[in-house]
Amino acid sequence: MFAFFIGRVYHVLTRVPPYGGCEVQYEGESSKMKHARRTIVVLLCVTMLLLMVAGCNRNEPQESQTQTESPDTTEPVRDDIVIGIAQDIDVSLDPHLMTSAASRAVLFNVFEGLVKPTPEGFLAPAVASSFEISESGDTFTFTLRDNILFHNGEPVTAQDVVYSISRVSGFYNDGTALIPAFSIVESVTAEDENTIVIKTTVPNIEFLSFLTAAIIPENYDAQETAPVGTGPYMYVSRSPQENLIFEKFDDYWGDVPSITHVTYRILDNTEALMMALRSGTVDFCSHLMSSQMAELQGLGYNFEIGTMNLVQAVYLNNAVAPFDNVEVRRALAHAINRSEIMDVLADGLGVPVGSSMYPAFSKYFTAELADYYDYDPQKAKSLLSEAGYPDGFTMEIVVPSNHGPHIDTATVVVEQLREIGVTATIRLVEWSTWIDDTYRGRNFEATVVGVDASAMTARAMLERFSSTNGSNFINFSNAEYDEVFAAAISATNDEDQVLLYKELELILTQQAANLYIQDLCDIIAINEDISGFEFYPLFVEDLARLYYK
Amino acid sequence: MTLKYILKRVGVFVVTLFVISTLAFIAFSIIPGDPVTRMLGMNASEERIVEMRSELGLDKPIHTRFFKWLQSFVTGDFGKSYSYSIPVRELLSDKVLTTASLSLMAFVFVLAISMPLGLLLSRYSIISSKGAKSSFQRAIISAATALNQIIMSIPPFFTGIIITYVFGLILRFFTPGAFVPYSGNPAAFYAYLIFPALSIALPRSAMVIKLIRGSVLNEAGSDYVRTAYSRGGGQWYVLLVHIMRNALIPVINFLAMTLSDIVAGSIIIEQVFAIPGMGRLLLLSISNRDYPVVQTIVVIIASVVVILNLLADVICQYIDPRIRIT
Repeated sequence: MFAFFIGRVYHVLTRVPPYGGCEVQYEGESSKMKHARRTIVVLLCVTMLLLMVAGCNRNEPQESQTQTESPDTTEPVRDDIVIGIAQDIDVSLDPHLMTSAASRAVLFNVFEGLVKPTPEGFLAPAVASSFEISESGDTFTFTLRDNILFHNGEPVTAQDVVYSISRVSGFYNDGTALIPAFSIVESVTAEDENTIVIKTTVPNIEFLSFLTAAIIPENYDAQETAPVGTGPYMYVSRSPQENLIFEKFDDYWGDVPSITHVTYRILDNTEALMMALRSGTVDFCSHLMSSQMAELQGLGYNFEIGTMNLVQAVYLNNAVAPFDNVEVRRALAHAINRSEIMDVLADGLGVPVGSSMYPAFSKYFTAELADYYDYDPQKAKSLLSEAGYPDGFTMEIVVPSNHGPHIDTATVVVEQLREIGVTATIRLVEWSTWIDDTYRGRNFEATVVGVDASAMTARAMLERFSSTNGSNFINFSNAEYDEVFAAAISATNDEDQVLLYKELELILTQQAANLYIQDLCDIIAINEDISGFEFYPLFVEDLARLYYK
Repeated sequence: MTLKYILKRVGVFVVTLFVISTLAFIAFSIIPGDPVTRMLGMNASEERIVEMRSELGLDKPIHTRFFKWLQSFVTGDFGKSYSYSIPVRELLSDKVLTTASLSLMAFVFVLAISMPLGLLLSRYSIISSKGAKSSFQRAIISAATALNQIIMSIPPFFTGIIITYVFGLILRFFTPGAFVPYSGNPAAFYAYLIFPALSIALPRSAMVIKLIRGSVLNEAGSDYVRTAYSRGGGQWYVLLVHIMRNALIPVINFLAMTLSDIVAGSIIIEQVFAIPGMGRLLLLSISNRDYPVVQTIVVIIASVVVILNLLADVICQYIDPRIRIT
């Protein structure tokens, strides 16, 4: 058909000169017309050319396909891994300014603090080889590890440690700590070449877990764009919305990782992410849904199932009516059917929680609190009547629109509340609107989100509910809670502290501060040739432990 | 084309860009959400928020910020991305290249598909409308028109998903998600863009084909066409030389619109095929409230639209002197 077409065009082209030659015989045909004819001929030629170019282009994918597939089939052992992440590391790479959980998860492999968390939930020495906490709980003494290097080849000195801690504590700016927990740092000094002493204004034995804050070189000012740390992997490059590339650090003080090249590929569209997984271009991907896991069965992946390490709940604004009435909150707690929600979300995966503590904090987590309020719509109704709402009420649940599980949860909750006569509506908002308006502005009735901990301490989970805390977005105010909290943070004995924290959890449950649901399940798909994956009690992924079988 | 005309168009161009960037800036200030709280997240302290806001100059009133932005933008300084902490110019250079390549490739596909097919369909439609053709040919034309209608009504993102599934997962012509940047390997870069470009081009081509056919049939009944035939002009000759000249005017205007639509439509296709282009960056920057990036992209897209429309006008005037402005 095309050949015929080209032939006819050629025919027309060849006929142009004679027609042009006798154009004077045509009434009204001017030189402009001739001009136009030429224009059309040119246009057609261009079209043909484009056709040919397009035709050539179409042959290319076959070639590139063989290129991209060959490493998979011909080389049995690989030394690279491609990790699909659904959220870009869309912040400054400076570890002290980094705030999003997703960035922390990724840069966990590049930076280390004086201590670093272990999968078991303990703190192991990292940049420091050993540490000591004074009896009084306000002096922390660290011994610097020998022969430890930064990624740029410079040795780590006590001065670098002093610089890093001073920087996070805000000593170099107007005094505002870059990480809020460091506002209690009074001084940090290098006693000698290998000893660093940190003093705090108040005793706080939990402060140690914040010393996972990155140690960075003093005389280096490109952390934002080309970060340098001491971790098992070093930063190579990043292309926003495209990828982030790491390479193993051969001079790492600990076990040098087995996999050399790491590429984080940003696939922020669910459809695109699934296509990439199905085609096998991605070796590792976390935070999948159970339906996605089902879709990927038999495609060369193993699945690890853990939890997200957050507390998902219907957070209630305790300062607005009717949620300022504890009886109403308790009534709602009886109306929530956790197992139904968990079945809908992930076929029952996930761990039910009954207070603001998730199971990975095994030392503090009280599993029984999840059964404190049994599912009993009748009881919920009668409690509502006693509280003065025999006919229920209407409420609005705000949900950030970028979190599928929270939206699904809210949808189920609305149905469950309908049974006790409460009419709830869902309002979806953008994440930044949620942060600004709901979280900081506290302008909401109820909201479904997950709250996580920034460090491995119970305090990170429970501090926000003390009545004067700036992050107390639910306006929870309970004198007993404040009292116990004050006692807990100043405890100098770990056992006492654990008991006090558990008491705080119990108060939150008894007061039905929020409608606690679960720690969401986290499904990870890993190329079946890779071993060594371990879950952490924090939102991080340790790549250094991975290896090809 | 007089000097006055050129000045007028340039004036319109500048005013359009100014109005659009102002509106974008104002819209951004009205919608809830704040880049600083978005960046610092749930564990931010009040002091840190205040400090960062003044670092970024967000504590100043809106008009001060706008004119400061305008001033540096005009002098070529596009500012620094809040979220990535790298200059917008650096951030965008790759993305603009990717989106421009994708859009141009899609446009080339539109031309390559719609021009020959449109002409072919037109030619046979003219004949059949004269009632001189077999029922077989009529059937072919009806089938082609119906198929065209179907392709036209499928949105690009859906075409994209189907194409990824068929060509990516079943036929393995390309590997979904394996985008290669231009700097990495130009050949692989263009190869990856073929299927996304095709997804954008298909429905658009169908529209252009329909437009060409309609436009040609509209002209085919005119007196000048009858005269051309009676003078002994062949089917193709009359179609290409006489009819097309008039029929092309609306097509060219539509093509200009198509190209600007393609640039905007690539935002969706970039999502489906995981292409790190300008569109994806725009979406992300909007949700991050990354003003400097959004403003720059808005101005780029607005410029493209204005310039393309200008180009369409000029081409139309060249083909049809009657619409030339005196």
